[in-house]
Amino acid sequence: MNGFTLTPVEKKPLSFALPVIGAAGGVAGLFVGTAHGSGLMGVIAGAVLLMALGFVALRVLGLGMEKATRWGIIALFVAAGVLLAGLPGFILGGLFGWFFSWFIFWIGEGRYRASLPPYLTGGQVLWHYAFWILCGAIFVFLITPILVVIPLSFNAQNFFTFTPEMLRFDPAGYSLKHYRDFFTSSGWQQALRNSLAIAPLATLLSVSFGTLAAIGLSSEHVPFRRAIMAILISPMIVPLIISAAGMYFFYSRIGLQGTYFGVVLAHAALGIPFVIITVTATLVGFDRSLTRAAANMGADPVTTFFRVQMPLILPGVISGGLFAFITSFDEVVVVLFVGSANQQTLPWRMFTGLREQISPTILAVATILVVISIALLTTLELLRRRSERLRGMSPG
Amino acid sequence: MSDTTQTGPVLAADGTPLKRSLRRALRAQKMRALALIAPLLIFVLVAFIAPIADMLFRSVENQIVGNTLPMTVEELRDWDGTEVPDEQVFRALFFDLFLAAEAKEHTKLGSRLNYEQSGISSLFRTSGRDVGDIGEVFQDALTEIDPAFDEARFWYDMMSGGAEAEGNERLLSNQIGRLEVLEATNFSGDVDFVPGAAISDILPNTARAYAVFAAFTHFVDEDVVAEEEPWEAVYAALAIDLEDPATRAALAGYDGPGADVLRRAADAPLPPVDMKAAFIDSNKDWQRVGFWKVIKTYSPPYTTGYFLNAVDMEKTAEGIALRSADQRIYGILFQRTMFMSLMITFSCILLGYPVAWIMANLPARKANLLMILVLLPFWTSLLVRTSAWKVMLQQQGVINDTLVWLGLVANESRLVMINNQFGTIVAMTHILLPFMILPMYSVMQTIPPSYLRAAKSLGATNWTAFWRVYFPQSVPGIGAGSILVFILAIGYYITPEIVGGTTGTFISNRIAYHISTSLNWGLAAALGSILLAVVLILYWAYDKIVGIDNVKLGG
Repeated sequence: MNGFTLTPVEKKPLSFALPVIGAAGGVAGLFVGTAHGSGLMGVIAGAVLLMALGFVALRVLGLGMEKATRWGIIALFVAAGVLLAGLPGFILGGLFGWFFSWFIFWIGEGRYRASLPPYLTGGQVLWHYAFWILCGAIFVFLITPILVVIPLSFNAQNFFTFTPEMLRFDPAGYSLKHYRDFFTSSGWQQALRNSLAIAPLATLLSVSFGTLAAIGLSSEHVPFRRAIMAILISPMIVPLIISAAGMYFFYSRIGLQGTYFGVVLAHAALGIPFVIITVTATLVGFDRSLTRAAANMGADPVTTFFRVQMPLILPGVISGGLFAFITSFDEVVVVLFVGSANQQTLPWRMFTGLREQISPTILAVATILVVISIALLTTLELLRRRSERLRGMSPG
Repeated sequence: MSDTTQTGPVLAADGTPLKRSLRRALRAQKMRALALIAPLLIFVLVAFIAPIADMLFRSVENQIVGNTLPMTVEELRDWDGTEVPDEQVFRALFFDLFLAAEAKEHTKLGSRLNYEQSGISSLFRTSGRDVGDIGEVFQDALTEIDPAFDEARFWYDMMSGGAEAEGNERLLSNQIGRLEVLEATNFSGDVDFVPGAAISDILPNTARAYAVFAAFTHFVDEDVVAEEEPWEAVYAALAIDLEDPATRAALAGYDGPGADVLRRAADAPLPPVDMKAAFIDSNKDWQRVGFWKVIKTYSPPYTTGYFLNAVDMEKTAEGIALRSADQRIYGILFQRTMFMSLMITFSCILLGYPVAWIMANLPARKANLLMILVLLPFWTSLLVRTSAWKVMLQQQGVINDTLVWLGLVANESRLVMINNQFGTIVAMTHILLPFMILPMYSVMQTIPPSYLRAAKSLGATNWTAFWRVYFPQSVPGIGAGSILVFILAIGYYITPEIVGGTTGTFISNRIAYHISTSLNWGLAAALGSILLAVVLILYWAYDKIVGIDNVKLGG
């Protein structure tokens, strides 16, 4: 597991190993048992089975036959799983078997201490692993909701939950019909078109204005720098509902409420802080003598900007643009108020869908959006590395 | 090149003093920087700051009463508020309400005042319908005396005082101005009518009523004034004018168009003008002193009423007081918003701290891997995450199904985890957790792990070493993350709207409700202003503690 060993591994006595393995088996047995009617029976059966397995693996077969033993345990669990619950049992059994075959040797051979300092007490070791499990649970909390959405979007039924067919891995339980719905429904397609019409223009506005202003702000002699910065950052600070309320009042006064242009304007304003922050961050590492050198060699300011400065700060500009794009693409509160039915965007439709008629098409859209955001996240990360390489910093 | 022995200012190559040319160069640089910033600054000011300012303005603006009932407000100024106002006030109300009803503005005023006192809305609606009938009595009586009163042309000639007569431009432009305020537009052009100076001296009420009728007919209805029969209000105004003995005396010496018809009308018996009785007959609520007090209280162009309402107070005759207990909703709502935001912040600290700690203490490669798990939800659409929580928490949702399948919960007693505070707190903790982890992580990265080891080697237990050495150094991270999460949580709208039901909603949901459903924009603006003030104070604190330049976006 780990590349180095802090503590020499030593075999643990069975009086320690077997109860621990048995307890783990009991917990697993509880799940299987409750699902089949009797929790208590499951706990006892699981504990006894695992203790027996542990004894056989550690004492009878021993370390020499570890590989074979582990495969044997996996095979045993898979067989039991298939017997109990068919195809899902096969997979669950495989997972359980893989875990226990590793766990028995990890505990029994004392490998869990390898990566820890030798002076830790037993309680501290326990705390260390409990802490890891806790953190693991928090990561599960962070990631599960998103992972649950993806399989559910392939649901063949119009339910928001896993159907028995899906749990049996029955192909009939899965379908692409919600994706088909998305791509054929005129409402969703109109919403997609609106989103794609609004976001790029808003991005263009905030990137072009934002980059210029960031360059201006990075000069040393700007009066009222802090005040200007505060104003430019404010769209990010003010709660969206307040921005939305203010824009609704003001834009309806000047006739922009319910127009395409009004929504673009509002989204551009919301995207500006992201552009300002990323581009100024890039400019911090920018070597000013480069522009002076260019000017020295006879380049006019425009040429200098496009041929020298722009290529160097481009990663920052693009990532600012991506932020602005995502802001506009995901935004729902402001468009809800500033837009009219003609500007209904994808998030807006999802929002009304979630509030009123619940249809799993939303989950298909959600999956598509997750894929898009993963793609954007990867792009951003690559850009960041490139920017650091260009500025002579080491990646990572 | 300058000589070192030379006295006086140092000169640049072109002969100007170096100081001045340096200053000029600096100024040029400054101007260039400002010129680069200017377009964006103007853009943000127009597209974002102006709307916020407009919202702040709307939270105190209250011009509707003064704009819709200008004469009534004027008459009410001297009213002492002890009993029902006198006939003068009701006459002013009649003309104001007649015009407002023609312009269909009276219902707006009614619903505005209804926010302060329920029942006023229907008062304005019914009486706005009845003003025509009140005036018609006089129209019938006058046409009975002379059928010429039914002719548009006759009225036009009479009121303009003939082709050659001197005009009263001021009266007309006053009435046009009043109409502009009421309709909230600007009118330009000629009305094709000017009230005669002589006739408007003799018949002041009639001239005023006819002038505003003429302006309305020309600008709003876009008709020809001379071809339209005047409103019932004009007949009522004439009746009021003719009541006055002075008018009769003045009419005796008048020889403009329609003079003899007017004299005949002045001598004939007209029905008595009693607007007070007529209004009370239309709706009994007009004799409720309380309603009149509300009108008087909200007649100034600016009001603190919305803000008082937003903090569960109201203006009463005895001054400002708390609303009765069953009407207090915003205090509870603000408290709930605060409480839930604090709960969310606290759960974020609880969940974020271990994760940030483990990431800060792992080798960079593994930490980056875990960072992806943190950033993925950060980068996923808010609606995706909210829908995910709806899927998870529903009664027929994933968590309940799992619990039922495991036998931990009976099928008929599935847990209620959505549409209440629990649902909002769980979903928002998940959504805001990355905002807590990222600042904590960046602070913890800077704490050298050797400190902990040093503390332990000096004999501290694990707990003491953590609590006395590590934790104090990580507090800035907790502070930054907490303020950030709290600021974001307090103004959240989407997630509470979807998973919050009725008990898990925030003040922002109420703002949205007032904008789109109850249409009480002033109250929405006041609630928004209070929320904005809270956020700005927190933001100021954040700037002091962390510094705005340190805002980082996802590592």
